[in-house]
Amino acid sequence: MEAVSPRGSEGVERSAPTGPRRLRVALAGNPNAGKTTLFNNLTGGRQRVGNYPGVTVERKEGVRVHGGIRLQVVDLPGTYSLTAYTEDEIVARDFVIDAHPDVVVDIVDASNLERNLYLAVQLLELGVPMVVALNMSDVAAARGYAIDLAKLSALLGDVPLVPTVGHRREGMGSLLDAIVAVGTGAHRVRRVPIAYGWEVENEVEKLAALLEPEADALAPREPAWVALKLVEGDSRVRDLVWAQCAGAKGILEAAEASVRHLEGVFGDSPETVIADRRYGFISGACQEAVRRTAESRHEMSDRIDALLTHPVLGLPIFLGLMYLVFWATFRLGEWPMRWLEAGFGRLGAAVSGLWPAGSESALESLLVDGVIGGVGGVIVFLPNILILFLAIAILEDSGYMARAAFIMDRWMHKIGLHGKSFIPMLIGFGCTVPAILATRVLESRRDRLTTMLVLPLMSCGARLPIYTLLISAFFAERLRAPVLWGIYVVGIAAAAGLVKLLRSTLFRGEATPFVMELPPYRMPTVRSAAIHMGVRGSLYLRKAGTLILGASVCMWALTSYPKPPAGALAAAEGVSRASALDYSVAGRVGQALEPVTRPLGFDGRVNTAMLGAFAAKEVFVADMGIVFSLGSGSARARHGAEANLRLRERLRETYTPLQGVSIMLFCLLGFPCMATVAVMWSESGSAKWMLLQWGGLTVFAYTVCLLVYQVGRLAGLGTR
Amino acid sequence: MTGREERRANGSVALSSLADGARAHLTRVEAGHGLRSRLTAMGLRPGVEVRVASNRGAGPFVVAVEGMRIVLGRGMAHKVYVVPMAADSDAAVPGSPEGK
Repeated sequence: MEAVSPRGSEGVERSAPTGPRRLRVALAGNPNAGKTTLFNNLTGGRQRVGNYPGVTVERKEGVRVHGGIRLQVVDLPGTYSLTAYTEDEIVARDFVIDAHPDVVVDIVDASNLERNLYLAVQLLELGVPMVVALNMSDVAAARGYAIDLAKLSALLGDVPLVPTVGHRREGMGSLLDAIVAVGTGAHRVRRVPIAYGWEVENEVEKLAALLEPEADALAPREPAWVALKLVEGDSRVRDLVWAQCAGAKGILEAAEASVRHLEGVFGDSPETVIADRRYGFISGACQEAVRRTAESRHEMSDRIDALLTHPVLGLPIFLGLMYLVFWATFRLGEWPMRWLEAGFGRLGAAVSGLWPAGSESALESLLVDGVIGGVGGVIVFLPNILILFLAIAILEDSGYMARAAFIMDRWMHKIGLHGKSFIPMLIGFGCTVPAILATRVLESRRDRLTTMLVLPLMSCGARLPIYTLLISAFFAERLRAPVLWGIYVVGIAAAAGLVKLLRSTLFRGEATPFVMELPPYRMPTVRSAAIHMGVRGSLYLRKAGTLILGASVCMWALTSYPKPPAGALAAAEGVSRASALDYSVAGRVGQALEPVTRPLGFDGRVNTAMLGAFAAKEVFVADMGIVFSLGSGSARARHGAEANLRLRERLRETYTPLQGVSIMLFCLLGFPCMATVAVMWSESGSAKWMLLQWGGLTVFAYTVCLLVYQVGRLAGLGTR
Repeated sequence: MTGREERRANGSVALSSLADGARAHLTRVEAGHGLRSRLTAMGLRPGVEVRVASNRGAGPFVVAVEGMRIVLGRGMAHKVYVVPMAADSDAAVPGSPEGK
């Protein structure tokens, strides 16, 4: 914003002719204050989910143009204070402090004003250009709070206070105006010093004097602010001083001495004293500017909670809801799934029609079997996955997710995990990759690692096509949903067992304290759920589009080449299909592994498809399609929508239900896909955890499938 | 400061020992620096008034403080010390913005 003169609207006008300008806007605030809703309101469809450089916390960015200015909005993770406790909070705080956004919008839950202002006050002390959005002002009004905006704003240094109602999209215009005004310097915020008492202020001044010579190294953070943070005992500021200041040793020693001195004076840590004074300041401001005009009524949320977190009913209700989610995924997704199947079949037939019938063109085979067949086989299951993500979005937005973590804590505790571990585990049912990222909500590294290691056992959306294919091939209609449910339960049980094992071997020790805010229940808005679903769905599609397309083409190549010599395919179609495959690379490896996997009930073709599934589990389905239809390149396309049905028939002809179960168990329990491997490696920080996970789970899967298949065979179960 | 010291001297009890609906003033949290600071930022700071929203004897513990509900694991609830208030039916409901 270099071209703008510091105050007054003429400054803005003068620089308008220099072209479109940009402002970086960060949305900060407590968890559950409605940040994401406001972010959605401001940026709508123009959102992008990515990663912060160097870390794998999700970074949500969007764009909005207002008053000729391009606002790049970043939705930061929720945080209670600038002294960060979890990795998410660290990212939020680092962004505000180090990345110097042009404007910080602190989104405050107006019905919980004092607690929410704790962060606001710290941001004011930091001196960032700030706007406060008083969100949920409808709830505050309903509770009888009357906030004198002008007065409160003045007490907080003239920071713009914009009342908003996120879920009704009210106040957005004023909010944008305020953001632009602060960002362009048209509106200036005063610094309001908080009285910390002369003892504390004395120590801060002394330290600030020591930090003055290092002002350039610390810029744009002011020495006085750094000094205050040092007295507060903020470890990241300590690290910063250690890294950036020439006189770090002396400064930190002085800081320590100050802290000890203040401890002696107050009988309490200076941090507690400072927090106390901050709250006192907030209290004072609110006393002057906020009035209660009515008694608050009994919370509706409490009444709902009495049922949903009932000691006896809570868990069954929760399980019932989860079953509902899976049922909806499997059942409701069926119609669009069939429609997509037909569509892809027609596409394949149309492309195939470009070549004269009966020709064996490599390009035709590549396009139809490799590309269309492969990608189509995966996108067909998109409806299921979208429904799953939608359900998860509704659970999160309504606030039920927090209750579920609360309910789950009792049980999680028994296996040695934190109640919050439940959240990444639930996300793991959509996809393991964001689930591993979601373990950030866990504060202890030990809890994080334990949870991450077993996450692949939460059967992800990519495996759903495998189960759908195999279950519909081998089981009668009425058994399908229960069998699917059974698979998920096996995964969960295995995870519980493994966690117990890990906690008694590698990760011994005390469980971490469970502390979590319970937000009031909210009606999830269709819009936010839809945006959430769309963002996650498109992430999955991009993964399908790029990774699986590449993998499909590779697999097609590995299964098509080298081609068998001319004479070898003289026999009838059924035989020729198997023989052609034998000659290809994947086929050879698959065959070679047959003796290893025969005890599990697998054959060379299953091995081949399983190898392909390393790229992404969904590829298993595509590959099974390919390995069963190679020979007459466009045969699959010629049969259009029936292609998948044909695949199911072929599977039914070739394998027994017991083998089907064994295959599904292996997919469930072992052989994590390469995306999981990549994220596990980066999130855990070292290859050894990733290898432990991959190797351990695969060996575990092998053992279980071995037992299941051999015992099943001996007992004569599912062998037809 | 004297008020706080007095309260401590009067023998605070663990939050986990209070029944559903009981009200108390928080005196201190016996936890590490990081966790204490976290709880403070969430509103559980010395002097604040809390109300037990749910204490079922086992499992997590829900405490209402200034209009917010916080779930604490049982172990955590043992480490939060409070001084119970006398049961007065007309006391201000937690969530009032007026200063304490």
